[in-house]
Amino acid sequence: MTDIPLLSLAIWVPILGGLLVLATGSDRNAPLARMLAFAVAVAGFVVTIPLYTGFDTTTSAMQFVELTSWVPRFNINYHLGVDGLSVLFVILNAFITILVVMAGWQVIQDKVAQYMAAFLIMSGLMNGIFSALDGVLFYVFFEASLIPLYLVIGIWGGANRVYAAIKFFLYTLLGSLLMLIALLYLFMQSGGSFSILDWHQLPLPIEPQVLIFLAFLIAFGVKVPMWPVHTWLPDAHVEAPTGGSVVLAAIGLKLGAYGFLRFSLPIVPDAAQQLAPLVITLSLIAVVYIGFVALVQADMKKLVAYSSISHMGFVTLGFFIFNPLGVEGALVQMISHGFVSGAMFLCIGVLYDRMHSRQIADYGGVVNTMPKFAAFFMLFAMANSGLPATSGFVGEFMVVLGAVQFNFWIGFVAATTLILGAAYSLWMYKRVVFGKVANKHVAELEDINGREFAFLAILALCVLAMGLYPFPFTEVMHASVNELLRHVAVSKL
Amino acid sequence: MNFVVPDFYPAAAEIFVAVMALVIMLASTFARSIARSLSYFLTQATLVAAAFITIYTMQGEVVHTFSNLFISDLMGAFLKLMIYFSTAIALLYGRGYLADRKIDKPEYYLLALLMTLGMMVMVTANHMLPMYIGLEMMSLALYTMVAFDRDSARSTEAAMKYFVLGALASGLLLYGMSMVYGATGTLEFSAIAQAIYNQSANQTVLMFGLVFLVAGICFKLGVVPFHMWVPDVYQGAPTAVTLVIATAPKLAAFAMAVRLLIWALFDIAEEWQVMLMLVAGASIVLGNLAAIAQQNIKRMLAYSGISHMGFMLLGLLAGVVEGDRHFALNAYSSAMFYAVSYVIMSLASFGMIILLSRAGFEAENIDDFKGLNKRSPWYALMMLFVMFSMAGVPFFIGFFAKLSVLQAVVAAGYFWLAVLAVVMSVIGAFYYLRVVKLMYFDEPVDESPIHAPAEVRVMLSANGLAIAALGLAPQMLMSVCAYALLGSL
Repeated sequence: MTDIPLLSLAIWVPILGGLLVLATGSDRNAPLARMLAFAVAVAGFVVTIPLYTGFDTTTSAMQFVELTSWVPRFNINYHLGVDGLSVLFVILNAFITILVVMAGWQVIQDKVAQYMAAFLIMSGLMNGIFSALDGVLFYVFFEASLIPLYLVIGIWGGANRVYAAIKFFLYTLLGSLLMLIALLYLFMQSGGSFSILDWHQLPLPIEPQVLIFLAFLIAFGVKVPMWPVHTWLPDAHVEAPTGGSVVLAAIGLKLGAYGFLRFSLPIVPDAAQQLAPLVITLSLIAVVYIGFVALVQADMKKLVAYSSISHMGFVTLGFFIFNPLGVEGALVQMISHGFVSGAMFLCIGVLYDRMHSRQIADYGGVVNTMPKFAAFFMLFAMANSGLPATSGFVGEFMVVLGAVQFNFWIGFVAATTLILGAAYSLWMYKRVVFGKVANKHVAELEDINGREFAFLAILALCVLAMGLYPFPFTEVMHASVNELLRHVAVSKL
Repeated sequence: MNFVVPDFYPAAAEIFVAVMALVIMLASTFARSIARSLSYFLTQATLVAAAFITIYTMQGEVVHTFSNLFISDLMGAFLKLMIYFSTAIALLYGRGYLADRKIDKPEYYLLALLMTLGMMVMVTANHMLPMYIGLEMMSLALYTMVAFDRDSARSTEAAMKYFVLGALASGLLLYGMSMVYGATGTLEFSAIAQAIYNQSANQTVLMFGLVFLVAGICFKLGVVPFHMWVPDVYQGAPTAVTLVIATAPKLAAFAMAVRLLIWALFDIAEEWQVMLMLVAGASIVLGNLAAIAQQNIKRMLAYSGISHMGFMLLGLLAGVVEGDRHFALNAYSSAMFYAVSYVIMSLASFGMIILLSRAGFEAENIDDFKGLNKRSPWYALMMLFVMFSMAGVPFFIGFFAKLSVLQAVVAAGYFWLAVLAVVMSVIGAFYYLRVVKLMYFDEPVDESPIHAPAEVRVMLSANGLAIAALGLAPQMLMSVCAYALLGSL
């Protein structure tokens, strides 16, 4: 084991780098800001690689732990560590940040330094969320990560951006403040400890467990988002610039799901068991109902946004059926959705940059003018609908299997997503890409340039690699998932 | 009867400030030509020197002097230091503003110094009388400062309103003091506590007195239902004066609450805690809801201040739970931390308004912040810090302030109050976010560059960065608050 504080580097390299980018100031220095941002993003990714190569897959214990006192008055510690549940998200996050910087390279011409800095700082804060082992530290990163995304949506967003930004912020804030009270209650009950690992061992009667569970459910449910508190997401996605959508879909939504694994299940297992039917019902509604909602969208971004909600419903379903297939499937689904939804939003961004429209009806016959792009888009649409050999299939199949083991009918309802997913993804693809060239704007389209080719190709490789050989991913999470389920099965009453 | 010479040493800072006030008055009379800068610099020098004297005369243990009228302890010393600090910064921010409006008369700084002296007396009072004298000294100076722009009808109206309501509140406070005197036979805080402890006080009269005392304190803090003056006075007063009202006097009022309620009346804590609970809940609700509707940023910050003071009271009311005083230090030091944090944020927020104002233009509408990010990204960032800090978002000091009072409330078992407070914080976040929205998402209506004296720019930047820095490392300020109270409880 090395002595280098890798997790601190993963958090602070992007944040400090982001401040440095911010310092380049006005748009006169835009090329410098871009280059610097790219360098910082790559550096941020490089420091996370040893997290994977040095990861011990045989243990469920926290690794790369760092522990320093932060605010001794309340016994708040700067306590970092990752296990099989979180390590992949840190790496995924650092990886996506590079793509986001690339995606904003030409499109963003206004306040470039601020744009790049916001994404880098957000990336660091999100790494903090995934690696925090102290309740307040988690909360601090969780809340602080709202600020950059709020600004990104509000400054570089579409026409209705102000509404979307404020809605996004307030929804999440309400949830997280209720969580804060739950954290304070746990602090008091555990005799003055904010350590999440201490809380895992803390016995609690059922009534407070239920209340804490509900507080967490609101906090993380809003973030996932689960039906019926999902309405902020389509607004935020539609108004956000491409980079914002990518980060939101690829990482932002995972924060809530990760919260369930780190907080709800291990801290209040009895309440989680008791209220599982509620969460399963909400998840199934998200899978089926939101799947239908996605089908009728006329706006491509909205369609992908709704499809994200539907996919995340799969994730929460996987968590709450309490078997290894379900939980691991859900985790794989989270990673895969990070690649696929990120790729979908990047594809839509590629089209939007050229046509300045997201309406499906404005397109048609894109394949005639952008063949290379159409090939990539095809792959990602297939992955979004869960086609075998793509990453989308692995997670969904595992969750469906787990659900069938748990209860046949739940598995049956969940499996409809494979049909619905194919329907909305491929139907949209058909209307946008195939057919005759719809209008003169489509006829004037230029195919993707080298930069766009690069990030789409990287993502395509990831999607295929994960679909064909998911073992490197599942191997990492295996020990931790088993330990989590063992822990949840033991009552804390 | 033999006359005992009191020990002047613990009161050296007060005596020094009083003497300097007279010196400044004389100096500015005789040196007319340079009176303005002379009185400004002498006032600042006095505040700095008073800070050194306070640090130098600070003693670990509690010392009484002037026949127990005066007390010197760590809490008093710490709050006095914060009062000098915030007054000095407020005067620094306000100087250019006053000069632009031709109201930077030497008397202004003299009044500010007298106000500081009043607050110092309040903070160090161990007896109802010096407490009252200090309060009046502070208030009279403030009334005059509000009316300082005497050609402005709005300022005059605000001053009149402030004076009439303030006099009423003083009356209530005096009435309460007289009843406490009637019930316990003494005006000295420790003797009152002793009388209540011995159960020799008449409970009915004591309760009536308590109600009036709480009303007086609430008026000075500006919390519901004694908040009516706050928005009008904040709006009507020249911004430089609003800045003064919104900062140091809150600390003095906090000290008053600690001395009266916690020192003298701790044994009936559960009675006044119920009152403060209602007051705090109502302030948080009304302050946040009313702030949403404001178009004038000074009014908005006034209502936000009402809700912040409500939050501060959350700490004060969580000290005693069913006779268990175990939580007292934790709760009171949280409240003190909140008050100090609020003062730091408040300085920066009104400082920003002053920064955007210039001769002939008051940047007092929220819309005046439009497009600030285009005009000056740096100050937009500073205001962003202030707004998110006030909304209680980490990594800023406001988050830890909220965390510590909420922690005290949860530890005391008042979950509903904690839930109410956080729900209202979400509503409150809306109007802070709106300011951020105007600065970052909208185009500027006023393209003129920001010009302000260099010292204001430097100080305001330091103020904004302090909000972030204290949010990253809040421990020191927190432990200072706890340590200052530890010796006094």
